[in-house]
Amino acid sequence: MAGFLLTGAHPYGEGATDIRLVDGVIAEVGSGLTPGSAEVIDAAGLVALPGLVDLHTHLREPGREDAETVQTGSRAAALGGYTAVHAMANTEPVADTAGVVEQVWRLGREAGLVDVQPIGAVTVGLRGERLAELGAMADSVAGVRVFSDDGLCVSDAVLMRRALEYVRAFDGVIAQHAQEPRLTEGAQMNEGIRSGVLGMRGWPGVAEEAVIARDVLLAAHVGSRLHVCHVSTAGSVEIIRIAKERGMPVTAEVTPHHLMLTEELIDGYDPVYKVNPPLRTADDVAALRAGLADGTIDVVATDHAPHTPEAKDCEWDAAAFGMLGLQTALSVVIATMVHPGLLDWRDVADRMSVRPAQIGQLDAHGAKLAVGAPANLVLVDAGAEVVVEVAELASRSRNTPYAGMTLPGKVVATFLRGAPTVLDGKACR
Amino acid sequence: MKHLLSAGDLDHDTAVHVLDTAERLARIADRPVKKLPTLRGRTVVNLFFEDSTRTRISFEAAAKRLSADVINFSAKGSSVSKGESLKDTAMTLEAMGTDAVIVRHSCSGAPHRLANSGWIGGHVVNAGDGTHEHPTQALLDAFTMRRRLRGGVGDLAGLRVTLVGDVLHSRVARSNVLLLSTLGAAVTLVAPPTLLPVGVETWPCATSYDLDETLPGSDVVMMLRVQSERMNASFFPTTREYSRRYGLDRARLGLLPEHTIVMHPGPMNRGMEIAPDVADSARSTIVEQVTNGVSVRMAVLYLLLGGADIGAPAPAEAIGEPVPAGVA
Repeated sequence: MAGFLLTGAHPYGEGATDIRLVDGVIAEVGSGLTPGSAEVIDAAGLVALPGLVDLHTHLREPGREDAETVQTGSRAAALGGYTAVHAMANTEPVADTAGVVEQVWRLGREAGLVDVQPIGAVTVGLRGERLAELGAMADSVAGVRVFSDDGLCVSDAVLMRRALEYVRAFDGVIAQHAQEPRLTEGAQMNEGIRSGVLGMRGWPGVAEEAVIARDVLLAAHVGSRLHVCHVSTAGSVEIIRIAKERGMPVTAEVTPHHLMLTEELIDGYDPVYKVNPPLRTADDVAALRAGLADGTIDVVATDHAPHTPEAKDCEWDAAAFGMLGLQTALSVVIATMVHPGLLDWRDVADRMSVRPAQIGQLDAHGAKLAVGAPANLVLVDAGAEVVVEVAELASRSRNTPYAGMTLPGKVVATFLRGAPTVLDGKACR
Repeated sequence: MKHLLSAGDLDHDTAVHVLDTAERLARIADRPVKKLPTLRGRTVVNLFFEDSTRTRISFEAAAKRLSADVINFSAKGSSVSKGESLKDTAMTLEAMGTDAVIVRHSCSGAPHRLANSGWIGGHVVNAGDGTHEHPTQALLDAFTMRRRLRGGVGDLAGLRVTLVGDVLHSRVARSNVLLLSTLGAAVTLVAPPTLLPVGVETWPCATSYDLDETLPGSDVVMMLRVQSERMNASFFPTTREYSRRYGLDRARLGLLPEHTIVMHPGPMNRGMEIAPDVADSARSTIVEQVTNGVSVRMAVLYLLLGGADIGAPAPAEAIGEPVPAGVA
């Protein structure tokens, strides 16, 4: 039998119970379970949640192994409480063929810390000209179901329509990075009062909202699913809310940084705050939190975007867009959503595990913590306070906007198919 | 104050003090020997990532009149265009023992990065960053206004200043709005709506789309340069229409009160935003602005590098008579 016995855990932050993990599944749930040959993990006072699932991760491999590898990114994910991540397609070469997605999938299995589920590019080379072989990627060992040109918007309406239609054949979904390209040429930060004062080219909210509005109408017209990446404005939340009220087939994500950080941080021109879509205003943050609370926004996705030091240690315009997210996401959600009473632990499980697993069609993840479910789960010390130490991050990169901040919650242990990937807050491999 | 990055760094008294210091330093230019020993042995680097001959030689003249050693570092091709990075350039200058870096860069905020990233320990003066700020230009403009219209003393309380043109992309406009409002002037920005930044309604100034309506109530009219790359980017239909609606020509000159002066930071597009005969008229301060630029930049370098805090009164003897290096 062996396996693990988690004693005194609080599933979804509710009553304490013991949880037995055997052969990759939850074998028993109840009080006073006898250890037998199982290794006992004292989980007294810890919140147990289904393993987190990220719909939006940049692992940089192949091509930019100096910024992140599947191995280092997987370790950061496990330490953040994740058991599955979706790896974005903008690698070098681009993940636009069965060969590349299978390579990423295999690297993930070899690392063995989280299930790495590749996302396929919508168009060849992310160039927005013609469809990549979406079916071949779907049929590959990687079994791709989510397709995205993330970083680049599929701005051509005909191409977007065709992509939405085509992936219906294998129940795929297009995840759109909504950014009207002409409205955002050379854009550096949110267009608003701060961009005017700082003299930087603005990224207006309407450039996101106009594409989301078009895409929900397109998706409804052709009867396909649409997923909207990293929603960042109050206007976008409103459009998605209306679309859902009308029964349109749309889901959406928000990043932890858009739930916590605002554009005022840019006043010192430190590129660690440079991200796409950009940090917006306090009103946008409030609308995003409300949208996540009422389910308009389905999931929290990290948009974990590692960059080498030289890509950030420079003048603002020259710096790369993006920030780390995997290791701090749950803490940011606790700070911005749980502490203010906007989400309870069941909601957290829903937004960070259940819904992302459903959207990504990962059957082994996001299951309810119950007997027979796959033993993918995380134990969280919700009362802990942790200072974000840049040097201690597992990512190969250092571009976290939370450096030195004290954030609530600490991942104590993560289990993938019944085996620990993190114990006592340390990665097991 | 250690750096001059933004005109917003200067409070009212500090700004007046810089102008007063510049006024005293300006008298040096009238002497046969136009030089003070104040900054002897100090090294000032003109670090220019963008071509700007007039700003560079103005800073160079200012530093040399204060006896500083001046190194001109023309680093065309910043890290944006795959050259050496700003960080490596800065660390090179630091290793050579630089006391102050005067930086001109096409990226907004580049001087902030130089000043605040720990790459260098010296003083940083912003000589124009992207579409952000150009604080010494605002100081020389304020100095010119004060000389012409306020007898060279005090602040600019009640002065009505109109800035006309491409505010959206203008670092001169941003710095002038901040400094002139600090000094008590009432600033109005006039531009087509496409060339006013989002959020301009929160700036300490008024705005108008109508130049003819604004001119009769102006003591100062400052014309901003329209960059050629804006001319075909749909900010306005044609240069002819722009000139007709927002250019300062002979007819519009007639709308101005008798005492009103006409300014331009240069370089001008004659016939576009300003008619040639207007640029050369007696109202024009355009050449004077260049002269005043040297005095104002001397004041900035003197106050940043002279050892005295820019907020403290400058010792009169340090300016009146030559003193040993380092004493001031």
